[in-house]
Amino acid sequence: MNPLLLWFHKLGSPPYFYRFAGRWLPWLYAIALVTGAIGFYGGLALAPADYQQGDSFRIMYVHVPCAWMSLFAYLFMAANGFVALVWRIKLSEILAMASAPIGAAFTFVTLVTGSLWGKPTWGTWWTWDARLTSELVLLFLYFGVIGLYHAIEDRRQAARAAAFLALVGIVNLPIVHYSVIWWNTLHQGSTVSFLGPSKISADMLWPLLTVAFATHVYFFASLFARARVALLELESGKDWVRGLLPATEAAHG
Amino acid sequence: MSIAAETESAPLLQARSLRFARNEEEIFGPLDFSLHPGDVVLIEGDNGSGKTTLLKVLSGLLEAKSGSVLLHGAPLTLAKLSHQVALLGHLLGLKLELSALENLRFATGMGGIRSGITPQLALASVGLEGFEDAPLRTLSAGQRKRVALARLLLVPAALWLLDEPYANLDRGGIDLVNRLLDHHARRGGAALITSHGAYAFTSGTPRRIPLRATA
Amino acid sequence: MKPGTASAACIALLRRDLLLVWRRRGDALNPLLFAIIVVALFPFALGPETTVLARIAAGTIFVAVLLAMLLSLDALFRSDLEDGSLEQLVLSPHPLSLLLGCKILVHWSTTALPLIVVAPLLAQLLQLPAQVLPVLLAALALATPLLSLIGAVCVALTVGMRRSGMLLTLLVLPLIVPALIFGAGACNAAQDGFAYAAPLLWLGAWLAMAAILAPLAAAAALRISLT
Repeated sequence: MNPLLLWFHKLGSPPYFYRFAGRWLPWLYAIALVTGAIGFYGGLALAPADYQQGDSFRIMYVHVPCAWMSLFAYLFMAANGFVALVWRIKLSEILAMASAPIGAAFTFVTLVTGSLWGKPTWGTWWTWDARLTSELVLLFLYFGVIGLYHAIEDRRQAARAAAFLALVGIVNLPIVHYSVIWWNTLHQGSTVSFLGPSKISADMLWPLLTVAFATHVYFFASLFARARVALLELESGKDWVRGLLPATEAAHG
Repeated sequence: MSIAAETESAPLLQARSLRFARNEEEIFGPLDFSLHPGDVVLIEGDNGSGKTTLLKVLSGLLEAKSGSVLLHGAPLTLAKLSHQVALLGHLLGLKLELSALENLRFATGMGGIRSGITPQLALASVGLEGFEDAPLRTLSAGQRKRVALARLLLVPAALWLLDEPYANLDRGGIDLVNRLLDHHARRGGAALITSHGAYAFTSGTPRRIPLRATA
Repeated sequence: MKPGTASAACIALLRRDLLLVWRRRGDALNPLLFAIIVVALFPFALGPETTVLARIAAGTIFVAVLLAMLLSLDALFRSDLEDGSLEQLVLSPHPLSLLLGCKILVHWSTTALPLIVVAPLLAQLLQLPAQVLPVLLAALALATPLLSLIGAVCVALTVGMRRSGMLLTLLVLPLIVPALIFGAGACNAAQDGFAYAAPLLWLGAWLAMAAILAPLAAAAALRISLT
């Protein structure tokens, strides 16, 4: 077998993943913290103020990476859900379900920062702007997946059902997106978009990309932490989990 | 726990080192047995020993953890069931708002019909003559069970999987089940039935597969 | 028709389910009454002014119809699960997606069709301009099957739960948002004198996709819930 495939295969085994994630966890948190700090310093202190929006545009450094992450987490969840349903890999079920609350949190932050940004820009906390509306629907989709996962007693069946829902959602997401854009043009004409990718200057852009990198790393750190806990719960009867016990007891006592 | 009864003809149903686990918890297995035409096999076990689960695995409703189920020598999948298996579970699968006849007509529409029998004849042979058009809601639990037994007679399935077929039946009903099983076996069918042991066969001595809860 | 073939099975299932609805026809009227009452509440809340009512008519009718259908969705597989019919359906040798397609068809024709029939009455109650009514009916005819189809997938996922009503709403509503946007949007566009073909065509395209994928998805979802 190809070494990369072999590695993926090994990664799929719960004990191996548990150790792998445990080893990487502190590093991921550290990288996210450092790059996040650099990015925020660049965005909040170094970047020049916007000629139209003044300093209020700086909330973009939270809003935009979170919006990207809200979609990334959903795609990650759906991709893992697909793997879980087709190849029945337990780890994929866990990763899919672990990414749902993180994605929902990113979506929620996107909505809150969007609303905060809306106040100085549009003079109102909430506008039915196409992107914000899409994010709102996305949040409901996340809530549906999380709600379904917690409503079914059997953990593995719950994960499979919720993963299936995530896949249905991803088929529907483009339709939601286009319908919202159409609806928006019907009711408001074209709205002021937050930022076109072309008109952003380089000294505003690099902090944004740095923060975006940090949020990605943070996503995986948080994902690994959640997945480790979920693995321990699901595999609590297994030998490898029992094997962990004396070691931790020794470490504490 | 293998019951070796190898004959030339391919067994109707064969289980090979069949195991089932729910949430990593072993429910039963490994089981090895085969069912040939004319066999009636009783699965005995206490409550919670996995009898119902075994029937669900054999019918394809649940997926085994390991091992295989062969139907006429071919691996069983839900997609390939094709009229060969009839399952009678705790829930009868009958509509209380419909009459016995309407329920049976639906069953034959779905599953096909044996030659030489009609829904009316089937109802008569389970002793429900005169109850054809009464809504099932007005019938007793035992009578409803008889309607479900009539469905077994109608549908051209060679393998019957019956979960506690004697439950809810009076002495006459128990005799009826035994007669139906006998008839089915002589016709070249096979049946696997579960019981927690309170009821005994009145005719013949069937093969038994004890099932114990694996702790 | 030869008993035991897939088409005979579909006909048997359609006949049985329609017969069941007929035997419980009192229950079947509930979504209809619900929609009428919800629509009748709006003039109480907003005042009987014709211009206000006409402005919100199409959207209100759409929301009322979708909610009424949503309430009835919960029962799509419930009685079949409780009496064991669902198990027999899954075990039958016919494609489960085809059988579920039949059940979805029955759901649509017994809940959505009556709602579409009373839609002109609802439109009158809310003073919808007469020239918008055909657009409303067309939009409802395209949007309600979508709700039946997508709803069936979600019901299949929640079928094992005892109390799934609220959760079902949470699962279905975000998925169905585009149907509301396009459907009510087409009516609003027609009311304002804009072109309304595009949203209807969107609905039609989406319906064509859902009609094929949703029964397959519902069958897969049901298998997940039943194991």
